[in-house]
Amino acid sequence: MATRLTQPVPASAAEPALSKQEVLRYSRHLIMPEVGMDGQLKLKRAKVLMIGSGGLGAPLGLYLAAAGVGRLGIVDFDTVDFTNLQRQVTFGTSDVGRKKLEAASERLSNLNPEIQIDTFETRLTSDNALDILRDYDIVVDGTDNFPTRYLVNDACVLLGKPNVYGSIFRFEGQASIFGYPGGPCYRCLYPEPPPPGLVPSCAEGGVLGVLPGIIGCIQAMETIKLIIGKGDSLVGRLLLFDALGMRFRELKLRKNPECPVCGEHPAVTKLIDYAEFCGIRGEEAPAQTASVPEITPKQLKQRLDRGDDLYILDVRETHEYQICNLNGQLIPLGELPKRVSELDSSREIVAHCRSGKRSAEAVEFLTKAGFRKIWNLKGGILAWSDDVDPSVPKY
Amino acid sequence: MAVKVMIPTPLRQFAGKQESVNLEAGTVGDALNALTSQFSDLKKHLYSDDGRLRSFVNVYVNDEDIRYLQKEKTAVQQGDTISIVPSIAGGSQ
Repeated sequence: MATRLTQPVPASAAEPALSKQEVLRYSRHLIMPEVGMDGQLKLKRAKVLMIGSGGLGAPLGLYLAAAGVGRLGIVDFDTVDFTNLQRQVTFGTSDVGRKKLEAASERLSNLNPEIQIDTFETRLTSDNALDILRDYDIVVDGTDNFPTRYLVNDACVLLGKPNVYGSIFRFEGQASIFGYPGGPCYRCLYPEPPPPGLVPSCAEGGVLGVLPGIIGCIQAMETIKLIIGKGDSLVGRLLLFDALGMRFRELKLRKNPECPVCGEHPAVTKLIDYAEFCGIRGEEAPAQTASVPEITPKQLKQRLDRGDDLYILDVRETHEYQICNLNGQLIPLGELPKRVSELDSSREIVAHCRSGKRSAEAVEFLTKAGFRKIWNLKGGILAWSDDVDPSVPKY
Repeated sequence: MAVKVMIPTPLRQFAGKQESVNLEAGTVGDALNALTSQFSDLKKHLYSDDGRLRSFVNVYVNDEDIRYLQKEKTAVQQGDTISIVPSIAGGSQ
């Protein structure tokens, strides 16, 4: 079913034409009957807002700019990090430390100086979302957390704007279009978010770098199809991609008549507190890990140098052990319940992982299992590298 | 009926790292019971304490959401695929 914007990109009083330069730039679009001058002018008049300029935003921004989307808004408050370069291909090594917005607008303007780029260096919140989204025709969600996804969804439904959705986890991706008038929204699919901590972020679970590249390109493709009004869109369809099996599957998405946001009797008529909705109180680690007995890397080093008999328990995965280790005994966290008998509760045990989170869970588990002489290495092997032995690689 | 249950990435660690599991079942509910009997760690990820399917986990028979069929009573045919699709959020980080 071909979908088009219910408010088609309006012709302005001064109808934009294409300059000679633009005709040449977009010639490969213009010679296709599916695009032609008509389609290219629609692209030029279109206003698309990208939420997030990271893994998904990278290919998305590049292809929307290349296609000649006349006005591209980008919302991102983050700074380019060295670990981003494995997948965020808008940036180069020399951009590390720069604001993503600055680096991205520079790259996209260089690719296509004909387009207007609006930057919003802010976190999207319930207070600013409606104002920021209002001016745009289409919103593309490239964010990385549940509260923002629900916020973007609700704002798009309230404003009647399609939300081109993409998300990834390790080597699986999803794509769809939510909030298209008459179609389902994100809450029709997932009325509630998972409890915090159940679904790891990319920093915790990892991601095949090229995966957001593929899903971001799919989002760009769907955005362009919506603008030019051609082809069958992903409205009402959930595209599932399995990179390892190289398989695409598709599930039907239905609009839920009882959806609290887009249903017949919506309960949500304005934006709410999404952090609260997702069960997150502040940015700190959950309360239980604060009560776990800790030892800092410097303290550990001192005790080891003194000759103390400490048993180092590494709860990371095998492939992490191969990157770097403290010569600890490796029992991955998931295997700990089955292998707890390998540990001697009469010995003093220091549990560690990469950053201190998983090992805190291990200490909690072992404490409940009756272990009394157990410590969590605060900050994990990353902190060990920072404070004790910089030759240990960080990852 | 022999059916295949697709295990999504975030849950594979609780299902012996398998991407799909073949089971015998007459309904979706039977299949999920058989699955969680075989892999008890999966249970708390799929079901809340009061025994209901968690709302951030959707279940499909072939390409249809069971919420729009007969939910866990949806009958399955030989060779059907049951998909478990939890919400994922990765994008930027």
